Amino acid sequence: MADLRTNLAGIQSPNPFWLASAPPTNSGYQVQRAFEAGWGGAVWKTLGDPILNVSSRFAAVSFNGQRVAGFNNIELITDRPLDVNLKEIYETKKRFPNHAIIASLMVEPKQEKWHEIVKKVEAAGVDGLELNFGCPHGMAERGMGSASGQVPQLVEKQTYWAKEAATTPVIVKLTPNITDITATAEAAANGGADAISMINTINSLAGVDIDTWDTIPHVAGKGAHGGYCGPAVKPIALHMVGECARNSRINVPISGIGGISTWKDAVEFMLMGSTSVQVCTAAMHHGFRIVEDMIEGLDHYLEEKKIASVADLIGKSVAKYSDWGDLDLNYQVVAQINNDVCINCNKCHIACEDTSHQCIDMLKDGNGNSYLKVREEECVGCNLCSIVCPVDGAIDMVEVANGLPPMTWNERQAAFGAFRASSILNK
Amino acid sequence: MEQPNSLLLDLMENFEEVEHGLTNQEAIEEANRCLYCYDAPCITACPTDINIPSFIKKIASGNLKGSAKTIMAANPVGASCSRVCPTEELCEGACVLNHSTKPIMIGNLQRYATDWAIKNDQTLFTAGEPIGKTVAIVGGGPAGLSAARELALLGYQVTIFEAEEHAGGLNTYGIVSFRLPKAISYWEVEQVKSLNVEIRTNTRVGKDISVDEILSNYDSVLLAIGMSRVPDLGLKGEELAGVYDAIEFVKATKTNPITDQFVGKKVAVIGAGNTAIDAATCSVRLGAANVKILYRRTEEEMTAYDFEYEFAKQDGVEFRWLTAPKEIIGEAGQVKALECVKVVLENPDKDGRRRPIPLEGSEFFLDADIVIKAIGQSRYVHLIEEFQLEHDEGIVKIHPDSYQTTNPKVFACGDVIFGKGQGDAMVVSAAQQGKESAYAIHRRLSAKGAETA
Repeated sequence: MADLRTNLAGIQSPNPFWLASAPPTNSGYQVQRAFEAGWGGAVWKTLGDPILNVSSRFAAVSFNGQRVAGFNNIELITDRPLDVNLKEIYETKKRFPNHAIIASLMVEPKQEKWHEIVKKVEAAGVDGLELNFGCPHGMAERGMGSASGQVPQLVEKQTYWAKEAATTPVIVKLTPNITDITATAEAAANGGADAISMINTINSLAGVDIDTWDTIPHVAGKGAHGGYCGPAVKPIALHMVGECARNSRINVPISGIGGISTWKDAVEFMLMGSTSVQVCTAAMHHGFRIVEDMIEGLDHYLEEKKIASVADLIGKSVAKYSDWGDLDLNYQVVAQINNDVCINCNKCHIACEDTSHQCIDMLKDGNGNSYLKVREEECVGCNLCSIVCPVDGAIDMVEVANGLPPMTWNERQAAFGAFRASSILNK
Repeated sequence: MEQPNSLLLDLMENFEEVEHGLTNQEAIEEANRCLYCYDAPCITACPTDINIPSFIKKIASGNLKGSAKTIMAANPVGASCSRVCPTEELCEGACVLNHSTKPIMIGNLQRYATDWAIKNDQTLFTAGEPIGKTVAIVGGGPAGLSAARELALLGYQVTIFEAEEHAGGLNTYGIVSFRLPKAISYWEVEQVKSLNVEIRTNTRVGKDISVDEILSNYDSVLLAIGMSRVPDLGLKGEELAGVYDAIEFVKATKTNPITDQFVGKKVAVIGAGNTAIDAATCSVRLGAANVKILYRRTEEEMTAYDFEYEFAKQDGVEFRWLTAPKEIIGEAGQVKALECVKVVLENPDKDGRRRPIPLEGSEFFLDADIVIKAIGQSRYVHLIEEFQLEHDEGIVKIHPDSYQTTNPKVFACGDVIFGKGQGDAMVVSAAQQGKESAYAIHRRLSAKGAETA
């Protein structure tokens, strides 16, 4: 078995799969069940001054019959007294000393409040702290969560306050509800954060009931925006992880969060710079048992790739993630249809014809049998046909050699600039 | 009225629809599996060109009324067809998923959408602006109803003359209840009626109303009279009690109270088409002890659909191939046995048909209480001749593009033109012919302008 042990800024866990701070980590009972199922760590549901919750709280988005493609909640931080949570953290840590327990924290943006709560939870034996600067609903209206998480100075200052009191590693959890997440990530790093985690949920309204005209979900006929997560947000989260990972001013490890449902998702996040991954929606959809396949799938993947330790995956794709201006303008792929695999649904044709570059023809052979063919000289290599194709292997995007040397936009502009400069000089 | 006893109740239950419709969940899952092909082969494979991907997409989106409209717009008997079409030979056979996973259950989805419309009492179409022209349709079966619907949408005043008590033809009377309950056919009839189409039931043309009256009172006439009873076998004993015409027999199971007369009886069905299968499975469901289908050719040549054959075998019907009846033996005026003879098939003739030759000395007797004749259907030759139309043994001659008969005012479609290489016997083909002949009538009447009389 590959070595799955994970070390995020000093927080150790038997594997990189952590439960994110959310309903699944609300109590000792749940976290202990999760550890029994195999989860490597758990970020306890955010501690702070206990709040009042509403009913109902969750909603999900189905897509073409696929349930929970996206998930939305308006639940707030823990509604249980702090001392009860701390007692259960202590008991859980005692039972599972090798598993990571991280306390998620949210208090008013005041130095003494941060000092007070950090000291209390560390006394209960947590392995680390995660500052919740991300929760976008409810708490934000009271100046906490994403309200402070959207202001780099507040992120930096509060991180600093927490660090003043902390003896365990401090993770700062970032909100995606911001134009450029690297601004707050950098602020966290400047405030002394040992690690950052992302993304928290995205501002959302899950839906509107077209019969009652109520929001989904609604509370006595009224709704408020919630936080969106689940498989649908994965690309957004992955982008934000990648942006932070490749930013030279953000030199702290990352715990990736956002739509991770399988070991493959986890591998992607790790390749893009995550040291550990946090999961919530998939567990809420299927229960804690999903971690068994996550661990096994990751182990088999590493075995097949002959990688001894999961740590060796971290960041391996970061260098491949760049700016548009660094992409080779002369690189070319074209679509090729394998007619022996193609089932003639013609979806590639209509997608290309109506919405792309009109280069897939519906033809008939000598026997009157239908087939599809790409006019490669007109294909721009956009991938759309292969994306809509329902059959694996029916459309390949094939690299074509066009004899041109690699040339990025930035290189092209630089060359033009140099040419112009020399023309002026020669005048 | 006396309550039916428990035996009769059991028998009645045997005539409940065999296939259950899809549940909402099943329908939505299946609808979401559809690839929504462009220029989909299932549409091409449907004789009525139903836009199948579109109606399926509408099921997935929750637009069930739109789905039912898409189906019924292309096929005015689309609810019946969802139950009786040989889908594996048509739409489902053409589904591209046959080449990757498994085909979409198009027939079942079509049934789901139309069942919704039936249950929710939907009226799907409205008649066109009246254009002041009249069409008489003789025969209210699938072909006649389909033509009537299209003509009514175009604004014609349509009158259907129907000999039976109800319109619907084969769908109402000829397809067994456990495949196609009457209520489905009645709903389709109501949809046509809702377009101000007058349906004169219990009106046999040539008897209750004269052919001349029809020819002179309408701007155009469409003959959609289908086919008649099963022809005689020409055997001794055919007049005995216990000899049935399969068409009449099936009709009785759909119109009369279920009888216990078949309980424990031995039944021999002569012929191996879809009607023979229907007669055989009805007999099983009426409690017959043993049901045999006798056919003078083999499994290869029989005309029943594969799924009908499978269904009969599962119902316990026995098949005796290469067997021809020779005489029906009676006792006290009642069928007692059937004398049969084994046959061999000649080498194929120039039409590819292999003629059966009785094998001398191979005669044998089968115990039988009931003999059901299902060797095809005879034609309403007399009525065709009253219309003075050219025909070939009761198959009305038409111009293949226009369905126009030798009388330019009279058009014909459905089973009355089926045979001898012309037309197709399926309900769905009759529906399409009904549509096409309606358009042909419209072309003729609109081209002629005012001088239609």
